[in-house]
Amino acid sequence: MTNEDHEALFESLLNGSLPDDEGRFGPFGGRYVPETLMPAIDRLTAGVHRYLPDAQFQQELQSELKSWVGRPTALTHAPRLSDRWGAEVWFKREDLAHTGAHKINNTIGQALLAKALGAQRIVAETGAGQHGVASAAACARVGLPCTVYMGEIDVARQAPNVDRMHRLGAEVVPVTSGDRTLRSAIDEAIRDWVSDPKGNYYLLGSAIGPHPYPYLVRELQAVIGREARTQLLERTGLPDAAFACVGGGSNAIGLFHGFLADRSTALFGVEAGGRGVELGQNSATLASGRPGVLHGTHTMLLYDDDGQIQETHSVSAGLDYPGVGPEHALLQLVGRVEYVTASDDEALAALDECCSLEGILPALESAHALAGAKQWAAANRGKRILVGMSGRGDKDMPILADYPVNRSKGSVDAAA
Amino acid sequence: MLPRDQLSDALKLEGRPSLVAFFTAGYPDRDTFLDVLKEVCSAADAVEIGVPFTDPMADGVTVQRSSQVALENGVSLGWIFDQLAGRDFELPAPVLLMSYLNPLYAFGFEDLAERALETGVSGFIVPDLPYEESGPLKQALDAKGLALVQLVTPATPKERLAKLCSVSEGFVYAVTRTGITGSSEGLPNDVSDYLAAVKSASSLPVCAGFGVREQEQVRRIAEHADGVIVGSALLEALEAGRSPREFLESLRP
Repeated sequence: MTNEDHEALFESLLNGSLPDDEGRFGPFGGRYVPETLMPAIDRLTAGVHRYLPDAQFQQELQSELKSWVGRPTALTHAPRLSDRWGAEVWFKREDLAHTGAHKINNTIGQALLAKALGAQRIVAETGAGQHGVASAAACARVGLPCTVYMGEIDVARQAPNVDRMHRLGAEVVPVTSGDRTLRSAIDEAIRDWVSDPKGNYYLLGSAIGPHPYPYLVRELQAVIGREARTQLLERTGLPDAAFACVGGGSNAIGLFHGFLADRSTALFGVEAGGRGVELGQNSATLASGRPGVLHGTHTMLLYDDDGQIQETHSVSAGLDYPGVGPEHALLQLVGRVEYVTASDDEALAALDECCSLEGILPALESAHALAGAKQWAAANRGKRILVGMSGRGDKDMPILADYPVNRSKGSVDAAA
Repeated sequence: MLPRDQLSDALKLEGRPSLVAFFTAGYPDRDTFLDVLKEVCSAADAVEIGVPFTDPMADGVTVQRSSQVALENGVSLGWIFDQLAGRDFELPAPVLLMSYLNPLYAFGFEDLAERALETGVSGFIVPDLPYEESGPLKQALDAKGLALVQLVTPATPKERLAKLCSVSEGFVYAVTRTGITGSSEGLPNDVSDYLAAVKSASSLPVCAGFGVREQEQVRRIAEHADGVIVGSALLEALEAGRSPREFLESLRP
């Protein structure tokens, strides 16, 4: 593809004609699902086109976002971190949303949609448990039973979130097949969905999967970027750069969409660099993957020469996924967003710095966005930077216990 | 005759239902793959060789387990082709590969079609590739006369059923129930009406499966369909050390 082709694709994205009728974002996307699910996918697509623009549906959604989720979330200036980095740093505070992360924007929207479509039951997957908790909460709110599939490794390492899901009335099914983490949980949720495609509604938690999910999730998360842009214009001005962490990429696509047309704002997705660049040591799909098909979509993936999907690593369970949303693959292809990595250690250091300088404990996922921003700020002094604070880090306390704060090295730095 | 037409002919038999047998390559043992293939081929009218994949989302526990073990045994698409190329016996029944899309995509569709033709493979079944997304693979297979088999299910609307039956090659794979492979719930009560509808929409042989375990089920399916597909139950027989030939013959009415 030539530069003109890329520019034309990007223009199509900006003017709203992507995804197209086949669910494609240029070469990426589509609907690679078992035949049993095709009628369900068609029904869901029709439902999305009917209800998302519907005034009554939007009224109900906006009301829930305001009074139940707590939107708009704050835009917070970070003065001490700004001094440290030599930049003007702002946070979009999705960590302040109900249940502690951006996930709730999507789950309440889809739960309302499921209700409107007459679903009897919600099926969801979860990795770290954030989407599971947000699904359980949204299902309780709209009055639908909820089953959450969760890899048994994640069940063990995220026990507090399992308890939260139970309290919120969801059934949590530990998945013992495959890699026993998020990827296997998605496989199992799809198997459940296939068993009754009419009565079940699959509430997918990221901007991945078959069309219309990447579109639906992006539309429900775009509130992040819309709010952030308005808030920045009220208080300071457009940012020179915006950073968001990318696993499947739902908070990133939501943040980026507010700024796609603002070409003066450089956009950066930060993937999990894990322990290193070797296959299996990271979850840096866009940085080191190749095109392939997994979980219903054609996108960038981590797989070996035989086409077998690779196990991934990140200290952050929410980024620990071998694929990425197809729209991110397009944004990388056309060059509108640059995708970089932050290692486990860089993310942990950024988390400590944010805690000690700003009094905010970010999720390990969000700490990757901070680490990416910090690297960029060091090379670009005096710039205005927006960081997507996708979630709060309370859920990560059991993991952080393995990484004690190093006071002598000054993450709590009295001299700063 | 094109490989896909040979496949059709092998499955449309006078007087008895055809039997299509599925097993995962290199399961339970890698070393016995060709022995198992030879025996299954001699007892079935067509054979589906399962290419293992890390994320078999349309499959139940039996195929999942076989897939995982096969991967641990080092089985890959390239290995399967090498084995087929190195066999010292004729294939008495047509052989298909059943694979999720990503291993085929990683191999490259042109190379795939070429290698399949060289090694005696007649066609492909790809459970995560609905017709709408099948263009590039279908084009490569068509160029070599290889079949891309379409699946239909009880959830498939009437117009879509007609469309899928008209574009399928080799045979039409009629999934007998919504859900995943290997169900133990038997056949749904309305299976007769469903199979009759598929049969009337198709000029190709119709073979039905998903959860077929017993001779009685074969008999019921054979009332309306041309053939019966057996997968998980055969894998379980292999696991139990039973002779695949004996097991398959026990299913024939």
